Amino acid sequence: MNEIGLSQVLFVSCALFFIGIYGFLTRRNMITMLMSVELILNSVNINFIAFNKYLFAHKLDGLFFTLFIITIAAAEASVAIAIIINLYRNYHTIDVEEVDTMKF
Amino acid sequence: MNAIIEATIYGVFLMLLGLMWQERKLIWAISIIPACLSGYFFITSAAGTHEHEITARVFFILTQLLLATTIERKYASIVTKVLFIALLVGNIYEIKIHNNVPELLFNNMLRIEPSSLWFNLLMTGAAFIYIMLMNKDIQKVGNYVAEYFSLIFFILCGLYLLSSYNNLLMMFIGIEILSIPQYILAGSDKHNLKSSEASLKYFLMGAFSTGILLMGIALLYGAAHTFNIMEMVGMLHSNALDPLAITGILFIIIAFSFKVSAAPMHMWTPDVYDGAPTVFTAFMATVGKSAAFFAFIRLFHFSFYDLSEHWILIIACITCATLFIGNITAVFQQSIKRMLAYSSIAQAGFMLFALLAYRPMGMQSIIFYATAYSIATIGMFAVLVKVKDYTYDGFNGLAKKEPLLAFVATIFLFSLAGIPLTGGFMAKYFVLLGVMQHGDMLWLVLFALLMAAISVFYYFRVIMAMYFKQGSPEMNSQVTLYDKVMLLVTCLVVLLLGIVPQFFMLPG
Repeated sequence: MNEIGLSQVLFVSCALFFIGIYGFLTRRNMITMLMSVELILNSVNINFIAFNKYLFAHKLDGLFFTLFIITIAAAEASVAIAIIINLYRNYHTIDVEEVDTMKF
Repeated sequence: MNAIIEATIYGVFLMLLGLMWQERKLIWAISIIPACLSGYFFITSAAGTHEHEITARVFFILTQLLLATTIERKYASIVTKVLFIALLVGNIYEIKIHNNVPELLFNNMLRIEPSSLWFNLLMTGAAFIYIMLMNKDIQKVGNYVAEYFSLIFFILCGLYLLSSYNNLLMMFIGIEILSIPQYILAGSDKHNLKSSEASLKYFLMGAFSTGILLMGIALLYGAAHTFNIMEMVGMLHSNALDPLAITGILFIIIAFSFKVSAAPMHMWTPDVYDGAPTVFTAFMATVGKSAAFFAFIRLFHFSFYDLSEHWILIIACITCATLFIGNITAVFQQSIKRMLAYSSIAQAGFMLFALLAYRPMGMQSIIFYATAYSIATIGMFAVLVKVKDYTYDGFNGLAKKEPLLAFVATIFLFSLAGIPLTGGFMAKYFVLLGVMQHGDMLWLVLFALLMAAISVFYYFRVIMAMYFKQGSPEMNSQVTLYDKVMLLVTCLVVLLLGIVPQFFMLPG
């Protein structure tokens, strides 16, 4: 049986990171863009935990960082939802392509 | 660990603020809990020796008090002014008792140095000037006056963390405390389409860059085994060319370029600064941006200084592009507000020079530049909110109608353009001097001088419109005696920065 090593986990997190970036750049729905940002943050979480577990298991730095990211991502998401709701009230859409009052 | 608890409370708080946008009484009731907690921290730390902790606590309590005034909106402005004076006194006191030895706080999470205290003081001063100039206009933005003021305090709290972090965790939290209130402030004019669009763009770009920043920190953690920016120096030096570390540094550069609106990542800036209510643009473009810059330079000059061969060329290219795009695009703008947004990109190009300078000089020059730039820009925005039409034509003939307004605006624009005897000149002089010491960066300095000459064109267009064109600009509000006195004081500060810069420089 082969053990799952650090590089496999890093591969997963890297894939997740770029899926998030791809989603952020291609999707036009605000909620989906928000989800893409969450994907990026979660890939970072996986990274932190993997490094912590495989490289320096005697300390808990990376784990704590992950906890903070989760908390702050939640705070950020709540603000994001508030902004999106406000935008929906004004524009009656959540498609970013249609939110283009400012063009020069 | 206290800082972590505090930061968590802040996070929860921001969340509540977002969710209970309208439930004023609920916010009030909930704010009692952290107020009690901070009171407890205050008492426990007062028994110890750390005066800084006390100031942090006092600040925290005051923020809570401010939130508690949510119900009585008519008191919000006066409470804010009093709190700012208290903050200024606290900051001056901290500098007085500081003995020039870096002080580690909260289990090495924060590292208070003379430079961070000095930056805190000057930025608090700039924010105080901002509050004194704009408090009436802030109250006109919407119904939630106390919230706006408390969000400004949150931004300042992020600034204090960013000026003294010693751990990448604190840096991340500081950046979030700095950014999230700015997203809200950008969208505070709730029924304005442009404002909500600005807030959305700012949020999306901010969240995206936070993701990249975190990825950079994660990779760096893998290479350096630590989050402590001081320990990192030794770890990175020993295995210098770790690809993980290089990638991490690159990611961090990209993320910070987003935050300070440096060139390839500047696209959000004009839209956000244009769409956000003018009073809040003034704050975001000055204090918020300076704080991000200080964090940027602190990280790169403390941790990655010995690795500078790997990143200095990237920063030089970013600087070059920022100066070019900011200045050239500003020339073509029709709206003064949008021109100021591009000018803030151009000024960011100059501030990036501090990153290229050698170590003590870089820190000193960014503090001075940030102050000079912040105060001049705040003053210019204070003039801008008085005038109804933000286009150049709207300023036609302002000198006839409001001579004093036109005069102070001229001084502020002189400072932004870098004309001698104003703060902007000395600031530009110091940042360029720092890079001149390098020797091989002369081309960049010459390029910056050329760009500064271009910037004179679009700043002077405003002066031309005010003094040499005919017209009668419509005013938003009556310019009262109080406004005039405050504008003159701000103008005096800008001139003092240029005439006696040594008073504003980091001592030693």
